[in-house]
Amino acid sequence: MKNIDALVLIAVFQEMLGPLLWLLLVTIALGSILFIALLFHERGLQPHRAIQSQAFGLLGGLAALGIMIYVSSSGFPDAGGPIDWLLIAVVFGVGLAGSAVLFYTLAGWISVFRRGAQRRA
Amino acid sequence: MEDISSTTAAGGKRNAEYFDRRRAIFTLGAVGVAAMARPAKAEAAGKTKTTARIVIVGAGAAGLAVASRLAAALEGARIVLIDARKGHLYQPGFTLIGAGLKPVKYVVSSTAEYVAAGVELVTEHVAEFDSDGNKVITISGTSISYDYLVVAAGLELEYGLIDGMEASLIGTMGIGSIYHSPAAAEATWRSMSTFADRGGHGIFVRPNTEIKCAGAPLKYTFITDDYLRRRKKRGNAELVYNSNNNVLFSVPIVSEKVRMLFEEREIRTNYERALKAIDPSRRIATFRSPGGTEEQGYDFIHIVPPMRAPQAVRNSPLPWQAGSWATEGWVEVDPHTLRHARYPNVFAVGDIAGVPKGKTAASVKWQVPVVVDHLVADISGQAADTFYSGYTSCPLITRLGRAMLVEFDYRNNLTPSFPGMIAPLEELWISWVMETVALKPTYLSMLRGRA
Repeated sequence: MKNIDALVLIAVFQEMLGPLLWLLLVTIALGSILFIALLFHERGLQPHRAIQSQAFGLLGGLAALGIMIYVSSSGFPDAGGPIDWLLIAVVFGVGLAGSAVLFYTLAGWISVFRRGAQRRA
Repeated sequence: MEDISSTTAAGGKRNAEYFDRRRAIFTLGAVGVAAMARPAKAEAAGKTKTTARIVIVGAGAAGLAVASRLAAALEGARIVLIDARKGHLYQPGFTLIGAGLKPVKYVVSSTAEYVAAGVELVTEHVAEFDSDGNKVITISGTSISYDYLVVAAGLELEYGLIDGMEASLIGTMGIGSIYHSPAAAEATWRSMSTFADRGGHGIFVRPNTEIKCAGAPLKYTFITDDYLRRRKKRGNAELVYNSNNNVLFSVPIVSEKVRMLFEEREIRTNYERALKAIDPSRRIATFRSPGGTEEQGYDFIHIVPPMRAPQAVRNSPLPWQAGSWATEGWVEVDPHTLRHARYPNVFAVGDIAGVPKGKTAASVKWQVPVVVDHLVADISGQAADTFYSGYTSCPLITRLGRAMLVEFDYRNNLTPSFPGMIAPLEELWISWVMETVALKPTYLSMLRGRA
């Protein structure tokens, strides 16, 4: 039953996003793996980069809200009750977390490769 | 006509189980997407082998969804889908075109995109239903026999039953009607927008027949009110909603909520007004009213035409035999199984089915698995126990950016999918987001038999 429900959700998201769905899933999977690998490689979070990522994440959160407003033809989200504020928070939060992790991971690996190149030089 | 309340009450235990199962799925999350998602039994089981000939008349939402699910459930069956139209229209999107938010192309696609492998599409009109001879005859005279028939022939919009009205007037002389077509919905938007720039007298009607999407006439009234306010012209406008009967919505608690909102937005309401005639050059609408007839002048009018079954169905033995549903030609089916009352190998699904509150895409979503279960069970020589409770839903737009997610059943009970989270009678952005983001992909998945 749960497997079939998951299939239904995939079907609906496929209709909604088309090939973008797979690109999104691959990005999430690859980003998560690279993020965890980076944490192991650097033996923890790098505080300075983490703060920079969170600042970038704020822009990501705003972008996520902007995309939601655009695709739902909403204008500014017109919250009518607590569930609306929750939805706004979730959309903002997902955008924030996703973009922060992505920024942290990309910046981290770029830094790792640069350090490696400098050592070789 | 059957008393739906009593028959459903008799099946109370099954009804409760049905909704518990549905809610369990809803709580899996993915707001909006889950709102129409429920797996069909037929998919869970293996394919049933058969040589049965199944004819489906009509390739709209109901016909395509039935065809897709039957193709997935049966092996060896001959499934014939008959419809002359090659284009497919996502009708729930017409309101958004009429609101100026979506282009015409948002709702237009082709039938062929959704026809499942193994289903034969015959692009002809059906001219005659020979239910005693188990065959249908197409407009070209081709006779197609069947073991099982699924009637999903939709309905006809009868603008001509309003004196002086014809569809070509939509978009001219202050006349709008989002129901007719995507182009007419866009023309209606232009007329309404012009009205919203100036103000004046706006009148809204609904016909004295069964209609599809009973929320749409209300939605368009709310949307017009909102545009007038956004353009600071509400003070220059008077809006009047003319109901054909003495309520605003068939579910009493929803009707009362709409009455309160109309009062708050200063939308005047007339009850028991059925549009009889229109004089476009003088901009006068004539209504049948309890006192005889009544004339109302307008600068903008939104017309919802009378609706009835297609002529081939009306002329067949399939409709109800007495009452208004006989006059309008809706097929006489059991409200819970959608099986014909007199022809057990015939089912009707979607707009054409003579059941209360059944003319929405959400109704189709919930009717189709029941019809398929019963039809497949017949082929297997078994009995199916699934039934349709009358569940349907209407994201009732009350202003741009907000809607009420109204869900209900035959018994006029509210059946919220997210109790305690999404209040059915609250104007919420999340319900608007569902209407604009989640509904169309869920609908298209339904056509493919995947949701």
